[in-house]
Amino acid sequence: MTEAIHDRPATGIDHDFIREVMAAVPGDSRLQMCIQCGTCGGSCPSAADMDHTPRQLFAMVRAGLREQVLGSNTPWMCVSCYYCSVRCPQEVHIPDVMYGLKSIAGREGRSPSSAAPNFSRTFMSNVHRFGRSYEMGLVARHYLRHFPLRIPGMAPAGMGMLASGRMDIRPKRIRDVKGLQAIMAKAEELEAQL
Amino acid sequence: MKEFLYYPGCSMSGTAKGYADSLEAVAGPLGIDLREIDDWSCCGASEYFSIGPLRGYALVARNLALAQREANGSRTVVAPCSLCYVNLAKTNKYVRTDPVLAGKVNEALSVAGLSYAPGSVEVRHLFEIVIHDVGADAVREKVVRPLKGLKVAPYLGCLVTRPDPEKRWKAKEHPLEIDRLLEALGAEVVDYPLRTDCCGGHLSQISPGMGLEMLRRLLDSAERLGADMLATICPMCQMNIDLYQAEVNRRFKTDFKIPILFFTQLVGLAFGMDAKTLGIGSEVVSAKRALAKIGVEVPEPEAAEPVAAGASGEKPRAPRPRKGPELPMPRMPKDKGVGR
Repeated sequence: MTEAIHDRPATGIDHDFIREVMAAVPGDSRLQMCIQCGTCGGSCPSAADMDHTPRQLFAMVRAGLREQVLGSNTPWMCVSCYYCSVRCPQEVHIPDVMYGLKSIAGREGRSPSSAAPNFSRTFMSNVHRFGRSYEMGLVARHYLRHFPLRIPGMAPAGMGMLASGRMDIRPKRIRDVKGLQAIMAKAEELEAQL
Repeated sequence: MKEFLYYPGCSMSGTAKGYADSLEAVAGPLGIDLREIDDWSCCGASEYFSIGPLRGYALVARNLALAQREANGSRTVVAPCSLCYVNLAKTNKYVRTDPVLAGKVNEALSVAGLSYAPGSVEVRHLFEIVIHDVGADAVREKVVRPLKGLKVAPYLGCLVTRPDPEKRWKAKEHPLEIDRLLEALGAEVVDYPLRTDCCGGHLSQISPGMGLEMLRRLLDSAERLGADMLATICPMCQMNIDLYQAEVNRRFKTDFKIPILFFTQLVGLAFGMDAKTLGIGSEVVSAKRALAKIGVEVPEPEAAEPVAAGASGEKPRAPRPRKGPELPMPRMPKDKGVGR
């Protein structure tokens, strides 16, 4: 978190990076308005586990440190609780910037932690198949892959969820799965043109 | 009866069964008529925008388009889940204010014969409808069994008062409206300072160190204030606090046993309905002891004991195995306050 940014050699500086990030956020993210006050990091519940606080990350974006920014775990630790965004005196849309950074990093396959993007991808593939979220499939695959040691401890609560009807063994489906898949395919195609 | 377009969201037919059951029971008495949007799909939770933003907006907009098609008596979409609400509300705002995004979203929708005219529906959270349209006074009139002596910590979580795209809330960090509602039910409301703090969302799944720590803070504060239970308005908050409480206890050597119920379940109890009708009894952390204070009996869950049949690959032989070597966890030096 206290990595000395200025110690790094000034290679690979990408002065257009801030524009690229802002373009990855719908509407006006106001990222260029950041005054480096640090209210965001001070308000962030998960800042302790971030490689860089949001403020540091935004300074790095502005400095064009594309590699370091996209390699940071900070966007992946953002829980989008919006404390930072309602407190930001410049009204920067911080969680949306984090989403934008994740989408750029993900597109280039360079997310620093594997559990977070994998969880997102498993979730998405279930929705793509059924049109609804499928908890049982999601947790089974996710825990086996990333947290097998947590399974024994979670099992009793999981069984309770199954017994009380809070989790289904089988997925629920929407009728127009085909239509949904067509929409998603088209959206993915348009995404690639961005 | 006021009519609304109802977007239940995936949790309501799964993990938030108690929310669904109790909402069905209390909607009528509250004067809320919920018409479920036909063939709605997932809202994408917090997963789509990270990986495929345009797919995320298109997924949400599909639901807005379906709602628009059904809108006649009402053009208000109601979501009981905070995550669904914020995704629907934000997308609704972004397609209204960003014509390029709206164009692309509609281009994607068109392949399934759908389209959405930005702004043609409005999106609101169920809790906000109960607070602003029904009101605490109307709720109080229907109370037949005041929740007297029940100490409740009101827990809203983040996403209803923040980011608040349509500016419906004055207080974004410490709103007191839920206190008025719970007081109207006769409950004793504790001034819970972490009421709009985050439950960690999906961090409990992807980064347990931080996710469980965030849950520990919430539970610790509620316990220090002597709360019998938490009352919430969000399926994700409920699931995190309920399902992961045992894991929090194991990790932090704590002994929390704080149940968390949905506000609609408490409304139903105060209206004199029985616990089973309201889906009470499906919690992992039992509300039995807390509800005994108001003379409500909680039905026993049907044989929830883990008998054989391991659902996942590894079978739970020993209920509490010693875990292998783990990363060292930052220990909180007995934090004293309940504040942030």
